[in-house]
Amino acid sequence: MQLFGKGANTLAFVSIAVVGLTGAGVVGLLYAFQSSPYVTQVDVYKNQPVPFSHQHHVQGLGMDCRYCHTSVEKSSQAGIPPTSTCMNCHKMIWGDQAMLKPVRDAWKNDAPLEWNGVHKLPEFVYFNHSAHVNKGVGCQSCHGRVDEMPLVAKKNTLYMGWCLECHRNPSPNLRPVDQITNMEWEPDEEWAHKNKLEHYGIREKKSFEVHQLTNCAVCHR
Amino acid sequence: MSKEKKVWRSLEEYQHGAKEEARFNPFNNDFLSRREFMEWTSGMVAVLGATACTRMPTQKVIPYTKQPERLIPGKPLFFATSMVLGGKAIGLLVESHMGRPTKVEGNPDHPSSVGTSDIFSQASVLSLYDPDRSQSLVSETNLAFWSAFVAKISGFAKALEAKKGQGFRVLTESVVSPTLAAQIQDYLKRFPEAQWHQYEPVNRDAEREGSLLSFGEDTTPVYDFAAAKVIVSLDSDFLGEPACPRYARDFAKGREVTKAKQSMNRLYSAHVSPSITSAMADHRAVVKSRDVELLALALAKACGLSVPPAEVSPALAKWANAAATDLRDNPGAGLVVAGRWQSPQVHALANAINVRLKNAGSTVKYTAPVEIVPVNQAQSIESLAKDMAAGNVDTLLILGGNPVYNAPSDLEFGEALKKVKHRIHSGLYLDETAKLCNYHVPQTHYLEEWGDAKAHDGTVGLVQPLIAPLYSGKSPLEVFAAIQGDAAASGYDILRSYWKTKSANFDPFWIRALNDGFVASTAAAEKKLVLKAESAWAKPIPRASAAVEVVFRPDPTVYDGRFSNNGWLQEVPKPITKITWDNAAFMSPATAKRLGVADTKVIRIAVGEKSLEAPVWIAPGHAEESITLSLGYGRTAAGKLGNGTGFNAYSLRDAKALWALPAVEVTATAKHYPISGTQMHHSMEERPIIRTATLDHHKEHPHWTHLHEPIPHALEGKELGTAGGSSAPVGPADYQWGMAINLSSCTGCNACVVACQSENNIPVVGKAEVARGREMHWIRVDRYFEGELEDPDTKFQPVACVQCETAPCEIVCPVGATVHDNEGLNNMVYNRCVGTKYCSNNCPYKVRRFNFFEYTKTITPSTKMVQNPDVTVRSRGVMEKCTYCVQRISSGRIDAKNEGRKIRDGEVKTACQSACPSQAIFFGDISDPNSLVSQMKSEPQNYGLLEELNTKPRTTYLGKLTNPTATLKAGKPA
Repeated sequence: MQLFGKGANTLAFVSIAVVGLTGAGVVGLLYAFQSSPYVTQVDVYKNQPVPFSHQHHVQGLGMDCRYCHTSVEKSSQAGIPPTSTCMNCHKMIWGDQAMLKPVRDAWKNDAPLEWNGVHKLPEFVYFNHSAHVNKGVGCQSCHGRVDEMPLVAKKNTLYMGWCLECHRNPSPNLRPVDQITNMEWEPDEEWAHKNKLEHYGIREKKSFEVHQLTNCAVCHR
Repeated sequence: MSKEKKVWRSLEEYQHGAKEEARFNPFNNDFLSRREFMEWTSGMVAVLGATACTRMPTQKVIPYTKQPERLIPGKPLFFATSMVLGGKAIGLLVESHMGRPTKVEGNPDHPSSVGTSDIFSQASVLSLYDPDRSQSLVSETNLAFWSAFVAKISGFAKALEAKKGQGFRVLTESVVSPTLAAQIQDYLKRFPEAQWHQYEPVNRDAEREGSLLSFGEDTTPVYDFAAAKVIVSLDSDFLGEPACPRYARDFAKGREVTKAKQSMNRLYSAHVSPSITSAMADHRAVVKSRDVELLALALAKACGLSVPPAEVSPALAKWANAAATDLRDNPGAGLVVAGRWQSPQVHALANAINVRLKNAGSTVKYTAPVEIVPVNQAQSIESLAKDMAAGNVDTLLILGGNPVYNAPSDLEFGEALKKVKHRIHSGLYLDETAKLCNYHVPQTHYLEEWGDAKAHDGTVGLVQPLIAPLYSGKSPLEVFAAIQGDAAASGYDILRSYWKTKSANFDPFWIRALNDGFVASTAAAEKKLVLKAESAWAKPIPRASAAVEVVFRPDPTVYDGRFSNNGWLQEVPKPITKITWDNAAFMSPATAKRLGVADTKVIRIAVGEKSLEAPVWIAPGHAEESITLSLGYGRTAAGKLGNGTGFNAYSLRDAKALWALPAVEVTATAKHYPISGTQMHHSMEERPIIRTATLDHHKEHPHWTHLHEPIPHALEGKELGTAGGSSAPVGPADYQWGMAINLSSCTGCNACVVACQSENNIPVVGKAEVARGREMHWIRVDRYFEGELEDPDTKFQPVACVQCETAPCEIVCPVGATVHDNEGLNNMVYNRCVGTKYCSNNCPYKVRRFNFFEYTKTITPSTKMVQNPDVTVRSRGVMEKCTYCVQRISSGRIDAKNEGRKIRDGEVKTACQSACPSQAIFFGDISDPNSLVSQMKSEPQNYGLLEELNTKPRTTYLGKLTNPTATLKAGKPA
């Protein structure tokens, strides 16, 4: 007796394909989930206790990033401005606006504002703002066009793979140090043809078996 | 070279060699079998895997409202302050992260510190955050507010005023604060019937009485070990001196031998109980406590002093003669140091020899004592106890200290205290004394208070707070001001108003003193002294009796008990005995044999009606028929960690004989008490690990560390330590980090271990886990004995990850969690580690540590504040090890790059290096031939540990040199 009918082979092939495709699909779905904005938080605008607009302050008023983020060139942290920085101006300007009440309350009660963090790295990663800014990585390269954001969202995943893209090949993201906070900067002819690694004293990859900027201890300690 | 001598670490190893029997087996006492362990592991893999994918939660970002001046978020600030211990202060620089002190360093400008620190100051920052500190004011068993307390005591004050202070007593520890002393003295002027007592269990009574004998006035010797070529220690532990790493540093400088300096000092040590000082000695005389006196007399006689003759054995006489000859040959460059646990006469004899041989004025300066009002503390507390018992004390203010626990037991201080009507205690803990008092005021930790304190040479340091009091504590200045009727005065104002009277131009003076951490040129002046004729005070000494004696010593880690609740200090192995979390009755192997006891066997020590049960721990190199009990254990109200550890040696102590009981009865009991020692953990098996030679041998054969290198067959013909094996994975970089450790300088004090623990967020695991060999210290100090059981040479070797260039750990890691970087560091990547432990198994140095549990989960919110924010806090299941303090390298590199320069030599210091009192550790860029570390590595005695395995370690050692005299056999008397 014929145990398997004519269609058995087809059935076998199809079931193998279905199992394989399902597996791949599950992996694909997981991957899609992992890289979705839900997980990465890219382009997710976060509400804040005060609807502070970077767009208004930077593009509208022409303030430099460093007016508020004072330690960006000196320290690992760029620095979230203390309430006193807000009050420098808002003592005089818009001092009676309802929108700014949380700021005035914070100042009056010496109880700091609690902002919702947008860019947050895991605790085992040690990122240093000063090391990047002083070597020509502009604010915009990682944070995007903050000057166009009324509320701020993350524009990059800040995943390790994304960090390594630049750590393996920094040149495209380097600019003159005096253009760090310029949101609209485009390389001119001279800069485009300049050896930026040499300019910043970064050793080139060819002289290394491992690129120094990808040493684990550069970020993990 | 000592090829004929054998090297060993424990009694088992002495008997069996480095064989199976002697090995440490962590599975001996385990509750899980290997098979059960595998079952649990496989089950947990699935559970843990499920937790891997998470979405980053939104975190709050909270800025300041007004940011403090000079504070840059992410950058630490350093403030100068002083810490008092043992009647003197050490100047420190304390690292503060956003207002949170995390790490203590020495103050380079301070005379006691000279940039280094000691085990106690390193660990003190943990005590600040101790959750068991007393947190509220207690008034007659109720919690109370400061104002209520002040109202109460002002009631007492009124009553006292009528009686001119009669019945009022103040008990303090040794007061070295000029401001506090001035406050107390003012008060005593107003109320002349009141009295001030000072007591701490480890005091300078013998030094004081000895000085009175020899000079007729109380002085303190300030030593300059850097100028001394010959040092004779009469039962002194000057290398373990608290709050004075300066001594260790100066001494070690004199033992450093380089191509440029082919000489070193010589140390003779007469002692009862082995200590880090006796371990450094070139010649030892191991005798009973009384016989040290006898030996001192023999030494004085041989130095030409007119003292009564001493009847000593021929061997000891030879020892004394050799030491005396050396001292006489080096007038003005010799030094005799008497231990604080020796008799006044030994101190007087040391003073007399120093004066006669012109050492006074060059290697030792006699100055006014550090204490503002020095007293004989044993007498002071005895008279207080008597007056209390007689009902003459109405109100007692105990300002710091824990006399109920640590006063000599014959005073029955606790019983006498109950007769006092108003008992006020101010201290860091609700301790044994606080429990018997009716008022307790939580004291501020030194990192929370304003104050001042004198250093070993009299220099006045300022105590500056790094943080506001965590638990509404009050500083001694504030408590005493409240007694005086000014409860509102802040410590800051009290301190400033005192110093305003001392300085004409106050503001610049104050700013300068705060910045420096001390008041410039306040060191005590040398006294002009006249030595009294020896015949007036030197008495003949009878030989010690044959009975078993007991000597008391401060514990090398918990000191007099004040650090019992400090996990770092409890877990760091004691330098000589390598036990943790306990004390024990230390005795020599022969004495133990005669008594029929062995390690961990409990014995009963009885003297008169008092008795004490304690476990035995055999200490090779201990005097015969003598038992050492270390103080500071057996506490009942220390806190969660300190309670129930060890046994209380104070219960045998006598006010008339603080340091030795000449005859005790010892009986063995049937009990055993488990002790967690680390001496056989992380063994590197039978290999030429520690290498020693005499200075003479070194001069003849400068490359002696390499001569007896056994070459494994696989490597024969290949150049050791430089080539062979796989090609180095090290690429070109701006720096190549390396370390050299000079074993001639290392005293084995463990400051590096605690400094590393503090810097690198290393958890404490507890006694039971230590017994399984799971202590987490990244750097350990291996202690080796060499020679015979009774009086072996003792050597120390600090071992951390040596950062092999061809690292065996890297090639076995399945997930690439440990890899090399361009600067020669063996990086450990915690977030990649899956915990296979292959790396640890393949590490010949046994320097990797595994987190068997999530040790940091159990720490309290306050203890979290001690963590260094620059170092990852590791989780369960992760391997970790020394990183050469890569966080410090990174921050040094970033600072240098931002300023457009290279890192300067000496700019980046590892935590162990900067803490090391004897400056035995050198670290820096080995690709720069001019760096200090390169120069040390170019010394001929430089060798790599196990370099015959071709691991190419970046940490190398300079072989240990000793300097015995030609007339005596090295080590013990022949």
